Amino acid sequence: MTAKLPATLVRLLPQIATLAVVLILNVILFPSFFDLSVQNSRLYGSLIDVFNRGAPVALLAVGMTLVIATKGIDLSVGAVVAICGAVAAASVAGGHSVPVAVASALAVGMLCGIWNGFLVAVLGIQPIIATLVLMVAGRGIAQLITEGAILTFTDEGLIFIGSGTAFGLPMPIVIWVVFGLAVTLLVRRTALGLLIESIGVNRQASQLAGVRTTALLIASYLLAGLCAAIAGLIVAADIKGADANNAGLWLELDAILAVVVGGNSLLGGRFSILGSLLGAVIIQAVNTGILTSGFPPEYNLIIKAVIIVVILVIQSPRIGELSAFLKSVRQGNP
Amino acid sequence: MPAGQDSVLAASGISKQFLGSKALDGVDFDLKGGEVHALLGENGAGKSTLIKCLTGAYKRDAGTLHLDGESIDPRNTFEAQKLGIGTVYQEVNLLPNLSVAENLYLGRQPRWSGLIAMRRMYRESRTLLSQYGLDIDPSAPLGQFSVAVQQVVAIARAVDLSGKVLILDEPTASLDAHEVDLLFRIVGELKARGLGIVFITHFLDQVYRISDRITVLRNGRKVGTRETASLQRRELVAMMLGRELGEETSHTSSVQAKDGPARFRFKGVGRRGKVEPFDLDIAEGEVVGLAGLLGSGRTETAELMFGWKPADRGTIEIEGRGVTLSSPQTAIAEGFGFCPEDRKTDGIIGDLSVRENIVLALQARRGWAKPVSRAEQNELADRYIKALDIRTDGREKPIKLLSGGNQQKAILARWLAMDPKLLILDEPTRGIDVGAHAEIIKLIRELCEKGMSLAVISSELEELVAYSSRVRVLRDHRHVDELSGDKMTTDGIVAAIAASDDQGTGT
Repeated sequence: MTAKLPATLVRLLPQIATLAVVLILNVILFPSFFDLSVQNSRLYGSLIDVFNRGAPVALLAVGMTLVIATKGIDLSVGAVVAICGAVAAASVAGGHSVPVAVASALAVGMLCGIWNGFLVAVLGIQPIIATLVLMVAGRGIAQLITEGAILTFTDEGLIFIGSGTAFGLPMPIVIWVVFGLAVTLLVRRTALGLLIESIGVNRQASQLAGVRTTALLIASYLLAGLCAAIAGLIVAADIKGADANNAGLWLELDAILAVVVGGNSLLGGRFSILGSLLGAVIIQAVNTGILTSGFPPEYNLIIKAVIIVVILVIQSPRIGELSAFLKSVRQGNP
Repeated sequence: MPAGQDSVLAASGISKQFLGSKALDGVDFDLKGGEVHALLGENGAGKSTLIKCLTGAYKRDAGTLHLDGESIDPRNTFEAQKLGIGTVYQEVNLLPNLSVAENLYLGRQPRWSGLIAMRRMYRESRTLLSQYGLDIDPSAPLGQFSVAVQQVVAIARAVDLSGKVLILDEPTASLDAHEVDLLFRIVGELKARGLGIVFITHFLDQVYRISDRITVLRNGRKVGTRETASLQRRELVAMMLGRELGEETSHTSSVQAKDGPARFRFKGVGRRGKVEPFDLDIAEGEVVGLAGLLGSGRTETAELMFGWKPADRGTIEIEGRGVTLSSPQTAIAEGFGFCPEDRKTDGIIGDLSVRENIVLALQARRGWAKPVSRAEQNELADRYIKALDIRTDGREKPIKLLSGGNQQKAILARWLAMDPKLLILDEPTRGIDVGAHAEIIKLIRELCEKGMSLAVISSELEELVAYSSRVRVLRDHRHVDELSGDKMTTDGIVAAIAASDDQGTGT
């Protein structure tokens, strides 16, 4: 492990550097950015806020990383967030206990994942189309569950998921950090990571080598569904209600972006969940920075787009080639 | 200017480095008009790199290029084409969904007031292709035609565009004997027209059949250029390998079948539309060769045996036990291994390392929850890299960066690590250099001596005869004959393939 740690760090260096730059920019715009305070035995501060607000995207990015590693993509996670939030809200509204509500939300999320995985792995539909089905239909399903209204609830147990405190930190942070690390350990300490990467690089050859590609593909989408369910619980608990129209809206795109900013290739194969988590934090830090800097909110999306283009350009292979070329020129090589 | 005297293309001192390793080191190469110049060397010797430097696909680090005495410096293949250097690759790089005529005139379609003059394009295509003895509908999609025809279309395009130098990079690799004849007739005609032709291949027979001179590269350096007529085959092989080869390919059948009960028994197995039902018994330590032309059902037989395209009739027994092989996983669980014909799409996991590629099948059999420890992986990879002499800068190199022969050895290692009972090899030596070729044949012999059973498909009949105990002959999706003992000769196989078949096959 000691020999492997530096390799992991080297792999994540661009993401760590990017995050550092974004945080430094934040401090320049907003000098008290790093200030932390403790109230009611809970940490408060902008930095904590970044990690807290970034929870849904970070969770979605975990599942999205695995799906993208298989050379797929899951556009439906945003809609699944809405469905699962609605399921949990409807469940407590119907008088069920919090464990039942949480369990049914997670089960529905996994069911959505299995559906996606079935379309992709068994029927062989292109992932972008297969998951588009649920992306479009999902909001409709969520609206059916909430009967078109924002389904609010007052159950303290469920709200705790969104605004509770554990270990002095907001609950969402604890959830995504623990979950992200657990999945990282799961795929790296077992052979799942290797098998998923091999499917992403060459599914046919993997199958001929005896890899159970169909089952593993379904499992990847299932995990993405589970991540969306957890994110859905957090989003619903945060606003104390299930909003079928807006919960998780466009979050699938942020999750894909987090995966890409995390240095993972959309062509599948090699992946790093830690990279994607850093990507999610970078995106949220950019969001928070724009909001706290006092720019009119109309500029938010444009500024975010510009910053992301810059990040992607820095990470692009062409720039890598260019810098290698410049280096060779400087060394006096024609 | 008398053809065949002056150099059309002269390259001198070509060097090219990749990340510190020298792929080409001061190579000279000259090509005369009206000659076929074979470029030979083991995989990784620098043939492709040299070609890519000649066509501008790579920027050379040093050296000069002269075309018809004028210094040239093509920056990309497009410029090289305009200057007169055309290239046709093994994998035809045309567009299968466009028509033949569009492929021929892509980017330079005849125009009529700004619009493409379709009828004129078709007419000109027809005339152009008739020079190559092809009478096909130029409006039909190119993908409809055989690889050989596509190859000819690619040549026609390259010659029409360029017309001075034609580079053929392993054009015959996926052609059958008949198609090779067609191709060689065309090459002969182009040669008579005064073109300089560079011909890259692994088939020594073809080199002697068609080339006038031979240049051999080894480890990025030129070993020498010789007249084909005065270069003996043994000498050539020695030049390519840098050593004397003990035996080139033995033509005697030296492996005897070990007597004993059949370990694997396929009874009446077949798959509709792919392979007619056949019986096949394979004993312990036996090598069964499968011979036939492309499309005869030999690959389909292998895929059926491995459960990839499972049998829809018949029974399979292993050591007396009835089994169903419905997927590769079930076949692997029964101790089968399969090295497919198309390494790139069915064999290697390109981005993963040599280590991961070797360990993949073993890991898949153990299941995801029981990982092969890193130490065990390293040990396995190192053992097979050494045992099979896989040339790589270490086990962590992505396998796609290895040469074809070394990729093949790594896939073999993947299965050997499983200690299989039956190994099915589909064209194990295709597209592999002479050195690796001999090593793989040696390996096949060693494996069956250890008691492993093998089923080997190969188009190289000498090779099949050399290591097989029996040779199955296939034709039209049917197992038509089996040869063993004295009858198992290349002539015998050719006769069996050609029996009651109008077209001769050639050897």
